[in-house]
Amino acid sequence: MATVAVADGSSSRKKTKFRFKERHYMLLLLLPSIIIILAVIGFPMIYSLYISLTNYNLSTPKAVHFIGFQNYITLLFHDKLFWKAFGRTVLFMTLAVNIEIILGLVIAQMMARLVRGKGLARTLMMMPMMFAPILVGFQFKWFFDAQLGLVNNLLYSITGEAQLIPWLIKVPLGFFSILIAEIWMSTPFMVIIFEAGILSLPTEPFEAAEVDGASGWQKFRELTLPMIMPFIYTAMAIRSLDLARAFDVVSIMTGGGPANRTELIWTYVNRLAFNGKEFGQGAAMSFIAVILSLVFTYMFFNNVLKSRWTEEVEL
Amino acid sequence: MSEAQIHKSRVYAKRRRELLNEVILWIVMMIFFIPALWIILTSVRIRSEILAHPPVWIPSGFSLDSYKILFGMPTPEGAFVMGGAIPVAKYASNSVVIALTATLFALVFGTLAGYIFSRYRFKGKNMIFLGMMLARAVPGIALSLPLFMMFARLNLSDTRIGMITVYVALTIPFTAWLMDSFFRTIPKELDEAARIDGCSTWGAFLRVDLPLVLPGAAAAGIFAFLTAWNEFALASIITRTPASRTFPPALFEFTGQFVSDWRGMTAMSVLMLVPAIVFVAIIQRQLLAGLTSGATKG
Repeated sequence: MATVAVADGSSSRKKTKFRFKERHYMLLLLLPSIIIILAVIGFPMIYSLYISLTNYNLSTPKAVHFIGFQNYITLLFHDKLFWKAFGRTVLFMTLAVNIEIILGLVIAQMMARLVRGKGLARTLMMMPMMFAPILVGFQFKWFFDAQLGLVNNLLYSITGEAQLIPWLIKVPLGFFSILIAEIWMSTPFMVIIFEAGILSLPTEPFEAAEVDGASGWQKFRELTLPMIMPFIYTAMAIRSLDLARAFDVVSIMTGGGPANRTELIWTYVNRLAFNGKEFGQGAAMSFIAVILSLVFTYMFFNNVLKSRWTEEVEL
Repeated sequence: MSEAQIHKSRVYAKRRRELLNEVILWIVMMIFFIPALWIILTSVRIRSEILAHPPVWIPSGFSLDSYKILFGMPTPEGAFVMGGAIPVAKYASNSVVIALTATLFALVFGTLAGYIFSRYRFKGKNMIFLGMMLARAVPGIALSLPLFMMFARLNLSDTRIGMITVYVALTIPFTAWLMDSFFRTIPKELDEAARIDGCSTWGAFLRVDLPLVLPGAAAAGIFAFLTAWNEFALASIITRTPASRTFPPALFEFTGQFVSDWRGMTAMSVLMLVPAIVFVAIIQRQLLAGLTSGATKG
């Protein structure tokens, strides 16, 4: 994006304006955030890294040996289930994020154009956001229930005969059921972010485009879309990270089963660590998953940086 | 066609488009809203109707049995009673105190961090920013065991303060990130103008930037609150007793006992939803006011 050059150009000019004292003062404001994150997330992760290099087993916590990278080697080279869960997680993420972004953009654009009832629309839209992930899990487990579920009941009433489709058990229906639950839960998040983005845009370019006789689609593609790119990348990165650690909804709807059919990375970690009591292996797998998230994060991170559209000051 | 006619037909076309937009939008809204509504309606339905085959869509009556089960009160079914009342009030107060306090701290720290990320460039900034994003990538279940052991040493397990600390850490990265995006939408000229008018950096932040990002802060506050309010994986490990146990692990425990009866689940859901809706409704007014003020436009 062209504005990157602007950001770079202005930095050296501003540098001289800041006194030594003020710099440190400003950086001090970052400290509470850094300390608390290190204490609650950083330190436990280091501890978890240590555990991943041992044969830590919850049922025999006294006999802990350091076993090097054995856990990692077992998972990466001898565990087919891990790779299946990994592939499924990536597919799940890709589908969910893309569908959510498209739905989110369309709904946000429609909502921004709404003349009356905006407050009500926004309130209705936000309902799914207020459901805890475990609530969403229980709720959709019930909706997709073969005997009493809303979906099969609806089909019953429409077709006139009993439908006992095992949504959560059959391949690939289980995967789609979870996907639908996840999309229902998270699209509102996209809508809110995108709508805030759309409403914060300057009005002048749109008025100019109106005078030039641009169509709605042209205005969206040439003006709205490029200008809300920072919001899209931010939302995308946030949701990808959320989905990479998707656990609550899946764990309640199917628990990764039956027979690992809907296993995602974190339900598998849970199975290894808490059900199988193999905490060393679970921790190793957590680390592989976090490193994969890091790769994704880095990809988005570059986009987030590139899409910045105001200037920064050198400290 | 005369000039006036062309103008008139254009106005009509515009109105038609607006109407179409409205109709489609409300249909989409309904698709998102109905599952939520269904949960709420089911919590006051009669048991036999929920279990009916073929399904009954129009309720013939109204029943509070599912709430009675929740509070350990006797129900007509008699035999179907829980082992004593659930301390619902205690869970509720834990959830409210923990979520609100965590939101407040996350907003203060996150806004400061977001401001610095948006305005300054310094050594290690990208590392810190990336570190924060990474912190968000770590799921609760990966943190649960090490955090549990750490908290046991520090006497923080099963305390509200412990849970608040955890949720502040979990919500700061997102808050900082979102606030950073919002600070970036403020034209730099405003900052400079404030400084020319004699404001210090701090003064410009408080008087110019902060009021302009209030809608952003409201949005961030909603997300932080909902994250803390709804978090399950860590709460289920760190909170053990009603002293600090929040709604989500309580719901899990409760629903586990009634696998085939969905009414308890719907009643508990409603109980969890009400405070969240109230909070969001209050903040939303702020969000709406900020979004429509147009202060940041141009």
